[in-house]
Amino acid sequence: MRDEHGIQAEGLARDFKGGIRAVDGIELAVAPGEIYGFLGPNGAGKSTTVHMLTTLLPPSAGTARVAGFDVAHEGQQVRAAIGAALQEAALDPLLTGREHLRLQTALHGMPKAERTVRSQTLLERVGLTEAADRKVKTYSGGMKRRLDLALALAHEPRILFLDEPTTGLDPQSRNALWAEVARLARDEGVTVFLTTQYLEEADVLADRVGIIDHGRIVAEGTPISLKAEIGRPSVEAIPAAPADLVPLARVLERFGEPVPGSPKGVTVRLDGGEDALADVVRALDVEGLHVSHLQLHAPTLDDVFLAKTGRSLEGAGDELEEPEPVPA
Amino acid sequence: MTGHGPLLLQVSQLARRSVLRTFRQPINVVPSFLFPLMLLAVNVGGLRAAADLPGFPADSYLDFALAFTFLQGALFATTNAGTDLARDIQTGFLNRLALTPMRSAALLLGQLAGVVALALLQATLYLTVGIAAGVRPESGVPGVVLIVLLGVLVALAFGAIGAFLALRTGSGEAIQALFPLFFVFLFLSSMNLPRNLIEIEWFRTVTTINPVSYLIEGIRSLIITGWDAQALLLGFGLAAGIGSVALAAAGWALRGRLARS
Amino acid sequence: MRSFRSVAFAVAWRGIHNAFTNPAILVPSMLFPFFFFTAFAGGLSRVSDVPGFDYPPGYTAFQFVFVFLQSAAFGGIFNGFAVARDFESGFARRLLLAAPQRTGIIAGYAIVAFVRWVATISVVTVVALLVGMEVLGSGIDLFGLVLLGLLVNVAAVLWAAGIAMRFRTLQAGPLMQVPVFLILFLAPVYVPLDLLDGWIHAVASVNPATFLLEAGRSLLAGDPVQVGIAFAIALGAVLLLSFWALRGLRSAEAAG
Repeated sequence: MRDEHGIQAEGLARDFKGGIRAVDGIELAVAPGEIYGFLGPNGAGKSTTVHMLTTLLPPSAGTARVAGFDVAHEGQQVRAAIGAALQEAALDPLLTGREHLRLQTALHGMPKAERTVRSQTLLERVGLTEAADRKVKTYSGGMKRRLDLALALAHEPRILFLDEPTTGLDPQSRNALWAEVARLARDEGVTVFLTTQYLEEADVLADRVGIIDHGRIVAEGTPISLKAEIGRPSVEAIPAAPADLVPLARVLERFGEPVPGSPKGVTVRLDGGEDALADVVRALDVEGLHVSHLQLHAPTLDDVFLAKTGRSLEGAGDELEEPEPVPA
Repeated sequence: MTGHGPLLLQVSQLARRSVLRTFRQPINVVPSFLFPLMLLAVNVGGLRAAADLPGFPADSYLDFALAFTFLQGALFATTNAGTDLARDIQTGFLNRLALTPMRSAALLLGQLAGVVALALLQATLYLTVGIAAGVRPESGVPGVVLIVLLGVLVALAFGAIGAFLALRTGSGEAIQALFPLFFVFLFLSSMNLPRNLIEIEWFRTVTTINPVSYLIEGIRSLIITGWDAQALLLGFGLAAGIGSVALAAAGWALRGRLARS
Repeated sequence: MRSFRSVAFAVAWRGIHNAFTNPAILVPSMLFPFFFFTAFAGGLSRVSDVPGFDYPPGYTAFQFVFVFLQSAAFGGIFNGFAVARDFESGFARRLLLAAPQRTGIIAGYAIVAFVRWVATISVVTVVALLVGMEVLGSGIDLFGLVLLGLLVNVAAVLWAAGIAMRFRTLQAGPLMQVPVFLILFLAPVYVPLDLLDGWIHAVASVNPATFLLEAGRSLLAGDPVQVGIAFAIALGAVLLLSFWALRGLRSAEAAG
């Protein structure tokens, strides 16, 4: 029986040589038309999950259905329904943008006239008409990513996989890509499965976020609900006189538990929420402690990750790299 | 929107890409034309006197040596095909192709189209230069056609070897590093002297075992002998045999590399 | 002077260490001359029957000298690849920043080229002797031959390093190799100069490599001929190419 979910995975796992379990029992369900953000540090298993869902890697265990088809047994049907822009831009530097699109559309079996029209439409959509007949080796990083996206959309897929699509892009290119992804989901109902290590990207783009660490989903929900789980904001204070650091810490710790922050100051998560800020200021005044900096931080997805794993998302992947795909 | 293209369309599109890529890399293409001719000029100049040896099968050393240019050209085909495919693996372009309805056979056949196109041009150039320098193939015009055919077949076989190596190693650097060893294989053949005039027994044995000797001798026979059925049978047979094995191996390696469902 | 030496030895240590701990780097460059020797000496020995071929130590020795000098030249070229690779990877920038005396970097690369060549040619020499190559030269003659090889090796690495530092990419490999290949092969490779005729005789007669080759062969035969000219050519090449390499270094520095 085919279900209506865009993407569904149950107990999805992947092993590599040396007993490495890169993905360890992923369960997720992405509704059609949803933008699902898959957030995690380097080496968490994001790309491996994407490779399995796009049929490039067979799962070692579990099942997954994409567009209603089984990734392990109905690979051709899955590939016909999806588009993917993977971690590498995966372009041929010697071909032009237009030639790439021509090749992609032809491989998907489009008739010649349709290929030409579709290629032109996509080039206009991603803003590459002027560069269309230049070789890709002359393209900037942002242009390559845009072409990558155009290629992924060549055959009008229902589901789009984007694996860290804005890594290495300048802010302008990144915003442009975000706008296009949001438009695809909103106006064309494309389901988007987006992996990222950037909090802001998941926060801004995703309808729902799954946070992955060491091959497992440790938290899942809308960005707002995830942050609300943590609930409490933190306050960061830097003393005007460095010698006051210890007394400052003593005062702030009356209002909540210490959390990592600036090494020059003290950061605590406020037990009483935002309202406790006024009490903090009064307490500092009573103790005669002057601060050069006082800031209230709303919870971030990094705080969510920290709460779930005990580590901060930024820098969490430094100790681990996703293995090269050598089958077990 | 159809989900699957016919095999022919896929092959033609990938072949188009392969040919475009080949000729857009002059730094790879030009040496494959010039280097064999340079070596031919040097060898002919340096070994002209060898044609005076009793039992030498040709009147001029140039007639004897021309066949070797085709093998050298084919060697360039190996490395070009290999490094192009290795680059596709390294950049992830192979994954992009794997996500389309592309069939494995289309990728291999299309990839080798560039090899064929280059080999055709090489064969034409080598023959033109040879004939301009005084070579007169004993087998006449039909023989010239067969020379081109065998030259292309050899290039195809070598190209398939390059593709297999690329798919196994995934590394262009590995292919480049193997180039000198392939070159050596060529040198341990009857490229410079006919086998019966090789004095050193072990070397003669090596050249007799080396299939490259028969590939050269097949082409050479059309130039200096005319219609030597045995030489042609061995040349074509070995080229086809090596090519078939290499293609099968490349297909197996591609299936392992793609590992898609 | 001390910093020049320390830079040179530091660069040399790295190159030698990398070469000798990486069979993938060392083995092909060792096998290539070995196979050339095998193919030429083994496959073409009948050429010594050509009327007028008169080289007392025999064809094996005749070809050995060519391979000796060819391996010296290409040993230098292969090291040029290493220089180009360093620039491509950015490691050369690290060297340029760290070295107080940057000319020491070139010297370091030259030392690596020499050490690798010595390892390579030792193997080829042992094999040549085992297959019965006759050596008629005295100790001094053979020392002269080795010195000639050293100069060719240094000249080649200076040439290749100069190219590498100007272009700073492995794609310049053919530019390093092809001129050297042409110079070597447009010399009396297969037969002595007086057995060549036509255009190749004309070219070989003025080719500096011919003097090096003929002198080397005469040293191995124990009958030194035109050795002075050969050394003058080799030393001149080293001098000229030192300037070439230094200018290349300045070009690399200017590029940042």
